[in-house]
Amino acid sequence: MIQELREIDEIIDEYQGQKNALIQILLKIQEKKHWLPKPALLWVSERLNIPMAQILQIATFYKAFSLEPHGEHIIRVCLGTACHVRDGPKILEAAEQHLGIKSGETTPDLKFTLESVNCLGCCALGPVMMVDTNYHGKLRPSEVPEILEQYRTDTSALTNEQQKRKPTAQHQPASPVISR
Amino acid sequence: MTKITSRKELEQYRKNLQKQKGSKNITISVCAGTGCLALKAQEVVDNFREEIKKHKLSANVEVKEAGCPGFCEKGALVVIHPEEINYIKVQPEDVAEIVSETIVKKKVIPRLLYTDPHSTKPIKKESDIPFYKHQKRILLGNNMKIDSKNIDDYILYGGYSALAKALFDMKPEEVLEEVKKSNLRGRGGGGFPTGRKWETTRNAQSDKKYVIVNCDEGDPGAFMDRALMEGNPHLVLEGLMIGGYAIGANEGFVYVRQEYPLAVENTEIAIKKLEELGLLGKNILGSGFDFTITVHRGAGAFVSGESSALMSAIEGRVGEPRPKYIHTAVSGLWNKPTCLNNVETWANVPLIINNGAAWFQKIGTENSKGTKIFSLVGKVNNTGLVEVPMGTTLREIIYTIGGGVPNGKKFKAVQTGGPSGGCLPEKYLDLPVDFDELYKVGSMMGSGGMIVMDEDTCMVDIARYFVNFLSQESCGKCIPCREGLRHMLRILNDLTTGEATEDDVKLLEELSEVVQLSSLCALGQSAPNPVLSTLQYFRDEYQAHINGECPAKVCKGLLTFTIDAAKCTGCGLCMKNCPVEAITGEKKTVHHINSDICIKCGNCYEVCKFNAVQKATGKQKKVVSVERR
Repeated sequence: MIQELREIDEIIDEYQGQKNALIQILLKIQEKKHWLPKPALLWVSERLNIPMAQILQIATFYKAFSLEPHGEHIIRVCLGTACHVRDGPKILEAAEQHLGIKSGETTPDLKFTLESVNCLGCCALGPVMMVDTNYHGKLRPSEVPEILEQYRTDTSALTNEQQKRKPTAQHQPASPVISR
Repeated sequence: MTKITSRKELEQYRKNLQKQKGSKNITISVCAGTGCLALKAQEVVDNFREEIKKHKLSANVEVKEAGCPGFCEKGALVVIHPEEINYIKVQPEDVAEIVSETIVKKKVIPRLLYTDPHSTKPIKKESDIPFYKHQKRILLGNNMKIDSKNIDDYILYGGYSALAKALFDMKPEEVLEEVKKSNLRGRGGGGFPTGRKWETTRNAQSDKKYVIVNCDEGDPGAFMDRALMEGNPHLVLEGLMIGGYAIGANEGFVYVRQEYPLAVENTEIAIKKLEELGLLGKNILGSGFDFTITVHRGAGAFVSGESSALMSAIEGRVGEPRPKYIHTAVSGLWNKPTCLNNVETWANVPLIINNGAAWFQKIGTENSKGTKIFSLVGKVNNTGLVEVPMGTTLREIIYTIGGGVPNGKKFKAVQTGGPSGGCLPEKYLDLPVDFDELYKVGSMMGSGGMIVMDEDTCMVDIARYFVNFLSQESCGKCIPCREGLRHMLRILNDLTTGEATEDDVKLLEELSEVVQLSSLCALGQSAPNPVLSTLQYFRDEYQAHINGECPAKVCKGLLTFTIDAAKCTGCGLCMKNCPVEAITGEKKTVHHINSDICIKCGNCYEVCKFNAVQKATGKQKKVVSVERR
């Protein structure tokens, strides 16, 4: 617990405790924890001297934030216009069926969180599904289960792939969380 | 890194870079934009680096992680300079062959070239490919030459010379005058004259002023801002600095949506490099001009792209718009005069300063100058980013550059301007695209999304899609937008299940007008556009839905799937792919679909190799759509 708050202190200090950095601070916490735990928010409220109500207003308004725990892998199915006309909704359906959860939910084993997003900006590759920081483009619904199973079983291989994608030390880790 | 403290030093720095560059004869540019990264571009780059080392070519060959040139469909893209050999769909395993054949033996590999579908001839040079040939790429042109993480690349190609010119050869008023003369209009969608906006902020009385880059590109189907911000961030930042100088602002913000992690990363790197070189901070190039830039990540709210909402998000509050009786140009961020422009608008500024307003004036139509980047997506052969002069016709964009509609299907409509725009039918294909022409026919430029639709797209479904999107994204602050859109969505949902009547459609039209007239911000004001334009041009499809039919066979509630006994071989593939076990039948006998269980997902229709699954439309038993609340 104290360790966790220390991590949050580090994030707040990075922004020199500026009040207007609240959204950026919450984004960083969300990135680290995959959600916004209550003790963390209370601590932010205390440190920045911002009322909890205002913090919750922001945490519920923006889609990047979640007040519930998220799964280990976050699946985002793009439902932007380009993906929509190329059968994006069927990709979402396939993922929903395979995981047995609806969009916005997390599997009971906390392995996957499924979300739909309104555009990943990969329109030429539609339909697109993003798992963590990996994009899977030009998908067919029948390919979805196989891709998801890879993440369930072979996490080490994927970590390698991700490392390859981010080869130098100067690269910041990609922000992992989008919307609910 | 040594600091550059004067204009002369900047030129010297550039000369040194040119000298160093001279020693490396060959450059292999691999697109490292998000689209190509999704197609394994990073592995391609890594393999190139390894192979070059293996062949001991490092002294002569440079491997570059370049920005997105726009031809995303064909990624991963590789261009080898100086011959400009363009390889498409390059896989990591192709790399060894490219190095040993093309780099070492100077032989072109035909299978990796782009083949023109009409002449069936492979095309070697990038600039000869029809997709690029008919464009005018003044903004995107350098993306493939520049490693966006390396400031030296940008400086090598003349970067920051416009800033130096503005700071030393021009007074702020002269910079402003040049931008005004160029008639540059805001590329974010509204098309407001940029110079006039700058002038308002410049003339506003205040001790502190701000400039902002709006990179909150939330429009589904548009990614030009992302490509620019990822591929050539310095172009945008240079524009911002020139704007800051002209307006009298010393502080700039870049608002990037966090869904674009690479754009955030590249912008942050660019700012850091600028600070290291002394091109940001106090007394830039010894001119006395101070400027700082901060990156602010958006947290996922479409409405936060609206100027007043965006500013309240930067202040750390909820990103809701406010009524703009007083423009943000006069009272914006922390109630100080603030000039906000879209990524593409800022990117045009260095070009205008370098080449002059007269040069810019020559491109485009009478009232819309310059080029515009469109993201051409949907049912079109060559999808990607297309930069053309204003006034290029839709037909040129979709057919000459885009290569037309795939699979021999018929063109039905093109949707321009994202959720705020409209759908235009075939009869407008020869319309010259600029701000005013699109507006005249009930659509708009928006940020430049262009989604092509063929006969398999249902226009009612498209209208429903956009209204659904906007009703989810409405911040809910004003009632016409919050409640109006929700009710419009309900009617559109009813249409897609065959439950709506003609009265409902009338109500839909009335609601559209009310929402348009009485919403607080542009999100609501433009939200009914997709509905109104589809009603205007595709009214027969609405009528068909009232009659219980979906002509494009898209709306699930109006579909039935059956198996043609004459064609079914009993292979069982449909049964295997049915998620709800609605299909029954023994191996090698005719299968049957139970319509009571069928959820109309269409999996069977897609997997059947014998065209035995038939899709029919017509009013069925009541199916309540998922979206209906």
